Amino acid sequence: MTVLSDLDSPTSLPGGASSSGRSGPARTGALVRGLRTSAPVLPFLAYVIVVLGVPTAAIVNYAFRSNAGHFTWQNLHSILSGGQYRAGFETSLKLALVTAIVPGVLGTFIAYAISTSQHAPFKRITSATSGVLAQFGGVNLAFMFIASFGFVGVATKWLNAIGVDPWSHGFDLYKFWGVAFVYMYFQIPLMVLIITPAFAGLRPAWREAAENLGASRWRYWRHVGVPVLTPAILGSMFLLFGSGFSAYATAEALTAGTVAITPIQIGAILQGNVIAGENNIAYALAFAMIVILLVTVIGYVLLRRRTSRWLR
Amino acid sequence: MTVATTDSPTATNAGRLAARGAPVVFDNLTRRYGATTALDGLSLEIAPGELVALLGPSGCGKTTALRVLAGFERPDLGRVLVDGIDVSHVPAQRRDMGMVFQSYSLFPNMNARDNVAFGLQIRHQRAAPRRAKATELLELVGLAEHVTKYPHQLSGGQQQRVALARALAIEPRVLLLDEPLSALDAKVRAELRDQIRALQQRLAITTVFVTHDQEEAMSMADRVCVMFQGRVEQVAAPSVLYCQPATPFVGQFVGVSSRVPVTRRGDRAEVLGREVPIRGDLNSVPTGDLEALLRPEDLDVVVNPNGLGVVTHRSFLGATTRVGVGVAGTNLLVDVRSAHADELDLGTRVDVRVIARDVLVATPRRAT
Repeated sequence: MTVLSDLDSPTSLPGGASSSGRSGPARTGALVRGLRTSAPVLPFLAYVIVVLGVPTAAIVNYAFRSNAGHFTWQNLHSILSGGQYRAGFETSLKLALVTAIVPGVLGTFIAYAISTSQHAPFKRITSATSGVLAQFGGVNLAFMFIASFGFVGVATKWLNAIGVDPWSHGFDLYKFWGVAFVYMYFQIPLMVLIITPAFAGLRPAWREAAENLGASRWRYWRHVGVPVLTPAILGSMFLLFGSGFSAYATAEALTAGTVAITPIQIGAILQGNVIAGENNIAYALAFAMIVILLVTVIGYVLLRRRTSRWLR
Repeated sequence: MTVATTDSPTATNAGRLAARGAPVVFDNLTRRYGATTALDGLSLEIAPGELVALLGPSGCGKTTALRVLAGFERPDLGRVLVDGIDVSHVPAQRRDMGMVFQSYSLFPNMNARDNVAFGLQIRHQRAAPRRAKATELLELVGLAEHVTKYPHQLSGGQQQRVALARALAIEPRVLLLDEPLSALDAKVRAELRDQIRALQQRLAITTVFVTHDQEEAMSMADRVCVMFQGRVEQVAAPSVLYCQPATPFVGQFVGVSSRVPVTRRGDRAEVLGREVPIRGDLNSVPTGDLEALLRPEDLDVVVNPNGLGVVTHRSFLGATTRVGVGVAGTNLLVDVRSAHADELDLGTRVDVRVIARDVLVATPRRAT
């Protein structure tokens, strides 16, 4: 048996580094190399720490502190035990669910149409339009809908002219279903954007293999297409849920707070509308939102991981 | 001019395997994609239980022919007959053909057993018997321990075996193999090649096998159909294809050939100083400049210090060694027994002799 000296060892590195135990200078060298390779992402990391990490830590800290600065469960208890804050949460969750499921389903069908279309311009136009509309929200969107579907909006007038009056049939742009209606405007394109790559991942050979084994188009979708896409669709709906749950500006501009959802309640507290002794309630609300969004993101990542394994 | 020739489909296996496979006929198939003609009057008869390989360079139409047979493409002209019935307009899902795809194409949401049982499920077979049959087929292809694994948990070779079992599960009248081994490494390819051939013979299924790998085609098929530009160049048993290529294209495409300028003298050609009979129909031999297509085993070399040839390279192939010899600006490949190859060092002067009984002649390649 040959015994290699330290000098001969193939694991010896200039500067004395070896695989078994590293000396101080070697460790320093490795650290420098590591820093050098990760240098490009350091600015982004710093940015994330400043704008996300620090505020999140502050929220978590103050969510469990009384006005006097002591640890307490009271803030969370206040928002979960009932009253306006719990009602706000329930409305937010309901709004997020509605604006995740309906756009999720509609967006899936649109993405299917895009992916199966042989018409290249149609594909390009719908994809580009979805990219723009998914980013369109806030005051501009609220104003557009007020101008179109408000009580004296242009579209409302047109509908009135042909004998349809949505407002007399219970439609109200400034209530829950009105807000949900407006959210669809950016949630549907968002769904199209997210789910279209999953459709593109469906291999034509799977359909041919199914056909070859005797399956009709319907049975292919039932046994293969839909099951393969389901995790991606559900994962995308998780994202829509998060988007609908956290949206603030559109609802605020549209309803001026008459539809009480959690982001608007947090906004109100930030503007100084605080009940005496509930200074840290806004932190507790934000903390609860973070928890819900965290669950949403984890659900999305898990489902997406499953799909990516199938569709790679 | 090339002359397509076709051996009778009553080849080797046909008689004894006729019980289960169906006869297949491509009748004058034409398929065009815009200005491109993928199939140009393709005609081919395949006997029940026979394995025919469609072999040719990329774009020769072999995959199109298979897809027309599978029902994924419609011919512009011509018919496809299976068991004597025209199926040209029968949808793919009603053709009862099993197909193995190049990219495996296993359903990713199903485990191996469910993939194999899929065709039976579509045929409304009950869960217990279809699972039993799927398990049995997976055992047949050597995957008994992997029945509950999903495609992403299987290697390429294992996935292709599952695909084969899935295609066989529906007891197809015709088995279609679309370059099923091309994505696998050499060792797995060789194993699976033998396995597919053994299963095909055991189950007696008429099989059409598309490949661009001539070694695969020659080692597996009862007959090989060489295609070029959408047409059949020659259909024959592998040995016939190799030893008696009907056209210069087949001679050049199948196996290794050297091209040597020749002078025609009646029904003979003068090759490297020796007159050798011209193979095939003399009426189809072109006029003008000609070249002979010579296999490495059609030639022999003898060491001669005053010879006209010079050894330019040597490749050890096992029992034989392939020697490159430069003669008057032409490089010839000659197979010699490895035991005698030691004396053929690089730069050795040699004489090259033609030992073939006859030769195939063609116009020089640049002129074709």
